[in-house]
Amino acid sequence: MAEQTALPEGQYGGNIVVTTVDKILGWARGNSPWPLGFGLACCAIEMMATAASRYDIARFGAEVFRASPRQADIMIVAGTVTLKMATRIKRLWEQMPVPKYCISMGSCATCGGPYWQHGYHVLKGVDIVIPVDVYVPGCPPRPEALLEGLMLLQEKMKKDQHFLKRYGKKKLDTKSSGASR
Amino acid sequence: MNTQEIYAKLKEKLGENKVSECVENDVGDSWITVSHDYVHEVALLLRDDEQLRFDACNCISGMDWKDKLGVVYHLHSHELNHRVVLHVDLERSENALDTTTQEVQSVSAVWPTADWHEREAYDMFGIRFVNHPDFRRILCPDDWEGWPLRKDYKTQEFYRGMPVPYPADEDLDDGGTYIFEDRFSKDTDG
Repeated sequence: MAEQTALPEGQYGGNIVVTTVDKILGWARGNSPWPLGFGLACCAIEMMATAASRYDIARFGAEVFRASPRQADIMIVAGTVTLKMATRIKRLWEQMPVPKYCISMGSCATCGGPYWQHGYHVLKGVDIVIPVDVYVPGCPPRPEALLEGLMLLQEKMKKDQHFLKRYGKKKLDTKSSGASR
Repeated sequence: MNTQEIYAKLKEKLGENKVSECVENDVGDSWITVSHDYVHEVALLLRDDEQLRFDACNCISGMDWKDKLGVVYHLHSHELNHRVVLHVDLERSENALDTTTQEVQSVSAVWPTADWHEREAYDMFGIRFVNHPDFRRILCPDDWEGWPLRKDYKTQEFYRGMPVPYPADEDLDDGGTYIFEDRFSKDTDG
């Protein structure tokens, strides 16, 4: 009797870890965020330096710069966003599959940078057209700064509960229906 | 050949109404003023004449001299190693958003370099060139309003729904005061 009610420990050779779906998905996502491979200005040079061997973004699993937005998890907006480019960035963002995240790298992408006053052609912050998760200050930010931004984003990715948001909602609705609503 | 000699040569071949004046400067470039209707003719002569042989167009710049608009051509002859500067004066349009009323003849058939330079002069100053093979804006988006490098240029408020000027302090979320959240010292305090 005692053997029947016990957890199925030992049935699979003791090789079982109990967790939530969101935690395991967040762990997988957070440790392999594939960035979209595109740069707009000098920040892109720092981004390339971050990807190269000295700073080695591969330590955080983000070395696979994808050439297609459909295969990318994060978008690093590296450089000055002109109004002409902003329309294209919005399209690229919309082509990326959910869940997707955005790092605004450098002053230009964050608020227009040195072009804030007389830059008639510059968008004053990429957050006007797409949602931004992490802002990395600097002009341009050093690779260490971008890596810290990436680490912050990884923390966020690991905490996010996409599975609960998507499939847990139905359960909540059936429970609460008839009670207060 | 210096600018004076080139001017004399042009006047002799084309007549005075096509090349109106020659300005000599001790400091900086001297220039020859050319009528906007005869730029192509003058350019062909400058390129093909045996004593001139201007085989390279270094730069074509749009200009805003406040009372008038203009185009400046910097030409160079590799063969004879001399250079010349041409000016074209244009009437200023009353409305800042309008293109120039006077059209300049394109020289992109004479020097292929001129193609993009003329498009840039159009993009930044609204100067129109006729007989250009692919005449449209080169840097700004096609649906951009106005000519950015003109002195009377006013930035448009919105471009495709995106605000163009930087928001005023009172329109910012934090009222213009930037509050720095120091998360590092928080960690050490706790």
